[in-house]
Amino acid sequence: MTFFTDENLALAEEIIGRYPKPRSAMIPLLHLAQEQEGWVTDDAMTQIGELVGTTSAEVLGTCSFYEMFKRHPVGKYVINICTTMSCALMGAGDLMKHAESRLNVKSGSTTPDGLFTLEGAECQAACTEAPCLQVNYRHQYRVTTDQFDELIDELALSDHDVPDHGVLSQIRQHIPEDRSVGAVPPEDVKVAPVWFSEDGGS
Amino acid sequence: MSEQDVTEVTVTVNGTEIEAQSGEMLIAAADRAGVHIPRFCYHERMSSVGMCRMCLVDVDTGRGPMLQPSCMVPVSEGMIVDTESDDTKRAQEGILEFLLVNHPLDCPVCDKGGECPLQDQTLAYGPGESRFIEEKRHYEKPIPISDLVHLDRERCILCDRCTRFADEIAGDPLIQFTERGNSTQVLTFPDEPFSSYFSGNTVQICPVGALTAAPYRFKARPWDLEENESTCTTCSMGCRISVQSSRNELVRYLGVDVESVNHGWLCDKGRFNFEAVNSDERLTSPFVRDPDNQRQLLGTDWGSALASSAEAIRRAGPQKVGIIGGSRLTNEDAYAWSKFARSVIGTDNVDAQLGDGLPAELVLGLPPATIADACEADTVLVIGPDLKEELAILHLRLRGAATKGRTQVVQIGAATTGSDSYAQRSIRCQTGEAAKTLSELLSSDDPLAKQLSDGSVVVILGRSSVAESVDPAVATAAVIQAELPHATFLVAVRRGNVRGALDMGLAPGFLPGRTRISNPSASLTEKWKQIPEKSGLGTSEMLQAAAAGQIETLILLGADPLSDFPDRNLAADAIQKTKTVIAIDNFATSSVAQADIVLPATAYGEQSGTTTNIEGRISRVAQKITSPGSTRDDWMIATELAWRLGGDLELTSKEDIWREIEQVAPSHAGITLERVQSSEMFEGILVQQSSIDLALPVPKDTPVADGYGLRLISGRKLWDAATTTEQSPSLRHLAESPSIKVHPNDLQRLGIPSGTEVRVISTRATENLTVTADDNVQRGTAILPFNQPGVGANRFIDATAVINDIRIETL
Ligand code: SF4
Ligand code: SF4
Ligand code: FES
Ligand code: FES
Repeated sequence: MTFFTDENLALAEEIIGRYPKPRSAMIPLLHLAQEQEGWVTDDAMTQIGELVGTTSAEVLGTCSFYEMFKRHPVGKYVINICTTMSCALMGAGDLMKHAESRLNVKSGSTTPDGLFTLEGAECQAACTEAPCLQVNYRHQYRVTTDQFDELIDELALSDHDVPDHGVLSQIRQHIPEDRSVGAVPPEDVKVAPVWFSEDGGS
Repeated sequence: MSEQDVTEVTVTVNGTEIEAQSGEMLIAAADRAGVHIPRFCYHERMSSVGMCRMCLVDVDTGRGPMLQPSCMVPVSEGMIVDTESDDTKRAQEGILEFLLVNHPLDCPVCDKGGECPLQDQTLAYGPGESRFIEEKRHYEKPIPISDLVHLDRERCILCDRCTRFADEIAGDPLIQFTERGNSTQVLTFPDEPFSSYFSGNTVQICPVGALTAAPYRFKARPWDLEENESTCTTCSMGCRISVQSSRNELVRYLGVDVESVNHGWLCDKGRFNFEAVNSDERLTSPFVRDPDNQRQLLGTDWGSALASSAEAIRRAGPQKVGIIGGSRLTNEDAYAWSKFARSVIGTDNVDAQLGDGLPAELVLGLPPATIADACEADTVLVIGPDLKEELAILHLRLRGAATKGRTQVVQIGAATTGSDSYAQRSIRCQTGEAAKTLSELLSSDDPLAKQLSDGSVVVILGRSSVAESVDPAVATAAVIQAELPHATFLVAVRRGNVRGALDMGLAPGFLPGRTRISNPSASLTEKWKQIPEKSGLGTSEMLQAAAAGQIETLILLGADPLSDFPDRNLAADAIQKTKTVIAIDNFATSSVAQADIVLPATAYGEQSGTTTNIEGRISRVAQKITSPGSTRDDWMIATELAWRLGGDLELTSKEDIWREIEQVAPSHAGITLERVQSSEMFEGILVQQSSIDLALPVPKDTPVADGYGLRLISGRKLWDAATTTEQSPSLRHLAESPSIKVHPNDLQRLGIPSGTEVRVISTRATENLTVTADDNVQRGTAILPFNQPGVGANRFIDATAVINDIRIETL
């Protein structure tokens, strides 16, 4: 199966190389797939299975466990409005209603232009800043309806620094050779870790 | 935990002290002590996962009683357990109330109703009433997750048995828990069905009716079922099963857990091919060739069919009669035929194998190993067929030993196999050169050489390819005997009761009880009166003789040489040139359709007796239903023919036959009828004795490939055009149509794109086939399954050649 672009395939191989067991790279690769396509396609899961040596069904099992891996197309911006206690008390319900009428979609769906997906979400650990929401998992605090409209305008005009849905970070981790602990499967570790030794490994 | 660390501990369960082994789970210890703790997810053949919490019991390890899942808690010294405390009962009621929150309770239309652990345990331990009044979860009612298994997600209680089985035991993790929380459900990947060879086991172990088997759905209710314990004879593994019928029709086989053989598992072929027994295509009355129209068979009565058969045998005389087949038979039937051939006809031209097995001498004479020996050995050396395809449950046992135990599986062969995924090493050799590769390995400084010579070794030896003669396998045996004298063998001959048939002397030069014809026991000589002096012909030689016009009457004893003998041209020629072909069979196979006299025999499930598996273990086959039409047991046919030829086998019942076997067959001495009828037969009675001293011939060198052709490799697939598969409506379509596989570079060299139809040419035939490029095929070789529906490899094979080459050309 070819889903990944050449560039991403090389990256995928590199990511797999970081783990003692290829399977451990499954979740990072799912992120990579979501980054490439905005969501995780069936082809992506099949290729990930091939890359890490499992069946597509196992990849699906893992992928579908996580809410944040989308297995259907979503907008360029996924807006999650927190609907849990603190936010609810501070007006999340009204905010959601407003968002639905502003975007003209029901919570859980995507605007026809493919720009926005609106979702209700559980607590986003920003209860002191209620009501809050996330755009592609970037927080917005104490959001009023006006601020919401402003946000949507900015996003629509690309006048902002929120990357497309699927991009977790714009900085990719790179472990320099000399800082890498090396990938050794647990069963092959024969010596005690340095911090166990008397002199702390120095 | 290594074996030495296991100690005995004492645990108090419900006030009684029981002995247990440290490390074992409390639920298992309680089981052995006869205390049943309810459970859904725990299964003694799989790892514990603690998914369902039904097994919560009060456990006190010195800190006061606490509810703990007994399938996850290892026993420890002094543990005090109460499985009936108030807390336990409350927990059980609570868990069941929870499980039933989402369960549809559609028992009246559920296959499992009546034998359902959820039903039974709710009745025994449940709260009686639910407080849940809300709407239940709804899913599309059964969805097929494979051709054989349907899934009703509403009924699933998420015990993880099916998914655990698929991953841990079968090694086909094609079903998974997907989603989470309240939406968790078992599913396959879209468009990737649960097409495991072992899928039927999940239906058997599902503790609810979430998984149902297509061949059994809505066929019967458990309370209408009658059952008998028996042994699967589809292949020679001899898995123990329960044969179940309703209204005199076989409706289901279930796996029975036998420690020494199948651990309760069955392959789907063995599990579902009961459909063939019920087939409308069964032969139910005798037929003879129409004297006026040679192309037609006419129905007749037994009297005349037997009379003409006897006449044909008499006319031919002992030298010109041949008997091919017998591995479909029970031991008793095989004995009767063996005796009939030698003592009445006076011929030794008998062979239960169809030229695709190994010399009887090897099967009976190599130092034997058991399946358990293999699963405990340091190394299992597999030089033979793809076990996953040919002896599916042996593959499962080995996989278990390799993945959970400490056994290392090493394979030497020219093709990839289903064991590659768990083998420590899969050594690729040239076709037919395993012996050479092995001896090179043993004299090298490869650590594997030391592992093999220092540790225990069980060799699974068989024909790596039907397109090569027996020589390579014989050569391998010779190398192993010389260089690894401590190795023992499981000989991978696969057909039904082939082992028992050989034990009963259905092989040229051998008599019942693993003795040579030159060395009959005194009691045998006394009973049989006449024994041919010289060894007769094997299947290959019989067919050659027949083709040369030297066989006048050929008896096919449940054999279909046109489909099963490696060389179809020779078989066809032989059948055509033989004056009278008598076929004793269940179905009109392609060979039977060519016969002159057809005698219908009873089938599996319609006859009782014993069978012998690959390791020499005798177990029971049971009669469950009455046979259709005027079919007769094979032994009765032998007796009838004997009378008509003026002889008397002096055998009047299966019991009678067994008593005689016990007397005359030295290897079976002491295995009395009483023992065979006793509970000892649950595990089966292992016969390992043999008086055969092996004299292995010096093997010939394998001819060198000419660089022009591709060396043909051929083995069987689990799903192929085997008669019982073809006659089972649910299985028939599972066999893929044949395609010849070649390495992409070889195809490129020939300028042929993958997936096109090509002309395949051998010294024997020219046929059109689809060619597929496959990286896993060694360069210079071509793989064609032996017996797929359509063009089988038997058209291309010359049985007299050590190896067979083919050429591929564009059309
Ligand atoms: S389908 Fe059956 S075996 Fe599989 S998880 Fe559900 S209840 Fe358990
Ligand atoms: S492995 Fe052989 S004996 Fe066992 S169930 Fe399958 S066909 Fe029957
Ligand atoms: S309740 Fe909204 S962030 Fe916690
Ligand atoms: S049987 Fe113990 S948790 Fe299911």
